[in-house]
Amino acid sequence: MEQNLSLESMQKETRRRNRKQAFKIFFGRGVIVKLCTAVLVLFIVFSLFGPFLLHIDPNKQNLVNKLAKPTATHILGTDYLGRDVLARIISGGRVSLFVSILAGTFAAIVGICLGLIAGYVGGYLSKFIMAITDVVLSIPGLVFTLMIAAIMGSGVLSLTIAIGIGMIPTYIRMANGLVLSLKQNDYVVASSLVGQKQRKILFKHLLPNTFPSLIVLYTINLGNAIMTEASLSYLGVGINPPTATWGNMVSDAYAYLYLAPRLAIVPGICIIVLIISFNIVGDGLRDALDPRLRGKL
Amino acid sequence: MSRYIIKKILMAIGLIILISFFTFMLMQLLPGDPARIALGEAASEEKIQTYRNSYGLNDPVLVQYCHWITRILFHLDFGKSVLNARDVSAYISQRLPNSISIGLPGLVYGVLIGLFVGILSAIKRGSWVDQVLTVIVNFFLGCPRFLIAIFGVIFLGLKLKLIPLQGYTAPWVNFGEYSRKAFWPVVVNAIYTVAILARQTRSNMLEVISQDYIRTARAYGLPEKKIIFKYTLKNALIPVITIIGLQMRNIVAGAVIIENVFNIPGIGQLLLNGIQQRDYFIVQACVLVISAMTVFCNLFVDIAYGFIDPRVRRTMR
Repeated sequence: MEQNLSLESMQKETRRRNRKQAFKIFFGRGVIVKLCTAVLVLFIVFSLFGPFLLHIDPNKQNLVNKLAKPTATHILGTDYLGRDVLARIISGGRVSLFVSILAGTFAAIVGICLGLIAGYVGGYLSKFIMAITDVVLSIPGLVFTLMIAAIMGSGVLSLTIAIGIGMIPTYIRMANGLVLSLKQNDYVVASSLVGQKQRKILFKHLLPNTFPSLIVLYTINLGNAIMTEASLSYLGVGINPPTATWGNMVSDAYAYLYLAPRLAIVPGICIIVLIISFNIVGDGLRDALDPRLRGKL
Repeated sequence: MSRYIIKKILMAIGLIILISFFTFMLMQLLPGDPARIALGEAASEEKIQTYRNSYGLNDPVLVQYCHWITRILFHLDFGKSVLNARDVSAYISQRLPNSISIGLPGLVYGVLIGLFVGILSAIKRGSWVDQVLTVIVNFFLGCPRFLIAIFGVIFLGLKLKLIPLQGYTAPWVNFGEYSRKAFWPVVVNAIYTVAILARQTRSNMLEVISQDYIRTARAYGLPEKKIIFKYTLKNALIPVITIIGLQMRNIVAGAVIIENVFNIPGIGQLLLNGIQQRDYFIVQACVLVISAMTVFCNLFVDIAYGFIDPRVRRTMR
């Protein structure tokens, strides 16, 4: 009993040290990772609390004051219907973040479950899941998402589901591959020899070990989700006007490029900064969570 | 080797048939009735039923699928557009060359420049050249295509007046006009490929450079040029070939967006309009053609692997 206790405390100690080291590697990668983390936090804070800071209705039109240059009341000017650009950027950011985080999480949950099942159970079920994955992966991603979006109809929720469904296959592939390689490990074989229940092996040994790679995929996929959302709303599929998203702001501004190019540039820069931040934080996480790099710092 | 090739070809054909089935079933889920779309909201119930009967829309779904796929296989007949009853195959044979005239140069330039950038930053690893290139590559990996396209139009087109704002002329109509108008769309298409290939090539090169046989080659005192080009590059490029095969998907996704931004009458534009107007047969045909091209690209890459890498060739037998 006593030995057990000390083993447990040792495990806890190791876990604590690993977490500390991962943290150190993540933030030790130089100023860029710190900056991108700060940007992400800032974007999230702004999209959560922005409407409380800025009391302008993003959909209020004022045709007299259209395409206005930046002033004190309209910090980023107004668009072709006289709507405040800053307010639309903030509310568009809310939509983009909401859609991408929800779509990414939905895809992660469904994809990881299916991938685990396909990898661990095997047999016809596994073959079926992987065949569908192969089929979906050979249809170019944006085309598949466009089709799903058309089937789901327009609206924020159906766009979210469409983007989510489009990302599921990448999770299935990754989780499946990870489980197939982890299954060969001695500790899995040992625990099934000892007579451990299959379900317990799956959830206690396999699932936690797939997490580091899957978290990285999750972060990078959030960036991809923003890119897909922006592209779809640029193409006019998905969210209906007057709801602002960064993609449809750029699309609306395209007709007024000559008069007011900033209408396209401002939301465009927001999209790029957000995606790059997600990518770089994902890369940082990869380095931090890779056990092979541990102990090098 | 030939057994391996035949097996791969059969698998590719099976995959394409699966894709066609999957696409067909997906399209059945689309809300709206093709007959209603073709005849308009005001059409009488009777007319709609005759239309449905004449196009076989009242048959069971599986029967409809079999009709559709046999017509494609034996007559290359993709059906008729729901909206204007024009042959879909006519649409596709008219639009596909336009898309290829933008996509193929994009792929070729993208691969060449991407390899060059990747090799350069691997050879000069740690130097300022490498750092600058890495920053640029990471930047473009985070840029949606439509933004690169539009920012180019704003800065190069509106401000500097170097490129036309939009439009397209086919190269076989007027090559000078084509190269002027297609310049920026091709660049936009290439940029993403450059970024992905450069990153992959760089990391593969660095991995091979740290191998024992490179160290041995250095110990023998071989010239650096020979080490890089003869021993490192050859081995580093093998995984890169897979990435090149996968770029086909990116080029197609790029086609949908770039053709929309620059108003190019290609297959991406056709597909997008088809989806927006619920033109079932056009969407099915486009997705099938696009996916078949992707699958055959990957097949080609798989076979090329066998010729390039002796290690793969041995496992193929």
